[in-house]
Amino acid sequence: MELGQKIENGMEGRTGIRNEMQMSFDAISENEAFARLAVSAFVMPLNPTVEEISDIKTAVSEAVTNAIIHGYDEEYRQENDRETKKVQLHCRIEKDMLYIQVKDTGKGIEDIAKAMEPLFTTRPELERSGMGFAFMEAFMDRLEVVSEPGCGTVVLMEKRLRMAEEADEL
Amino acid sequence: MENNYSENFKVIDNYLMVRMPEEVDHHKSGYISRTADDYIMKEGVGNVVFDFEDTRFMDSSGIGIIIGRYKKISYFGGKVFAINTDTRIKRTLMICGLHKVIEIME
Repeated sequence: MELGQKIENGMEGRTGIRNEMQMSFDAISENEAFARLAVSAFVMPLNPTVEEISDIKTAVSEAVTNAIIHGYDEEYRQENDRETKKVQLHCRIEKDMLYIQVKDTGKGIEDIAKAMEPLFTTRPELERSGMGFAFMEAFMDRLEVVSEPGCGTVVLMEKRLRMAEEADEL
Repeated sequence: MENNYSENFKVIDNYLMVRMPEEVDHHKSGYISRTADDYIMKEGVGNVVFDFEDTRFMDSSGIGIIIGRYKKISYFGGKVFAINTDTRIKRTLMICGLHKVIEIME
């Protein structure tokens, strides 16, 4: 009875949900899976659809991979010690909105518009498809990239979780 | 860990069958590409089949793997196939226009 009451309150509380998380991890490829799983676990209270979870995981994976292989490329890694090579992930839920920020303090992007063009890659030798930003744009509602050469890059993404909203209206 | 993957590469006639992992991302893509290229070079296979039966996640790194192999084998008239693609994987491939150059089968 008491448990049932708690569950019900939890369900009702979903409309007014607000939550935030921040983490910082080493810029190594093992953490790509960790980052996208952490974000998908974080959005679970919004009751997202499988499709939405997939979209979010893909976008996070793209942003984190970019930070690891472009923000901190070999040249940067040779010049800087390990301590500085971290990726910061900051997520916020407000009602049915999800805000994600992926930040690195690596080499930065000189020409953001060029970097965001589909199929453009600065590292063809890595067989990157050049679709990273295009995927983030396709799978999220809003994408903003702020970067300064020598300082790093911040990727901001937003997504409205529509199914959660519809479920609340029922 | 990398050794576990080798059973996911098989040569049948003139086809290299690549069983893609559950999660295809940048962390795994380098190994898949390198191993596939080894087979293409050493065994001289003409075509590559990527099997997505086990795959539940793929980001643009997977596109890089496919385009990279396509460039290598199409030069000699080879074909690339993607099989057992769920709607999600299919959508990801189509966003990139890959359906124009490879065969996609569900």
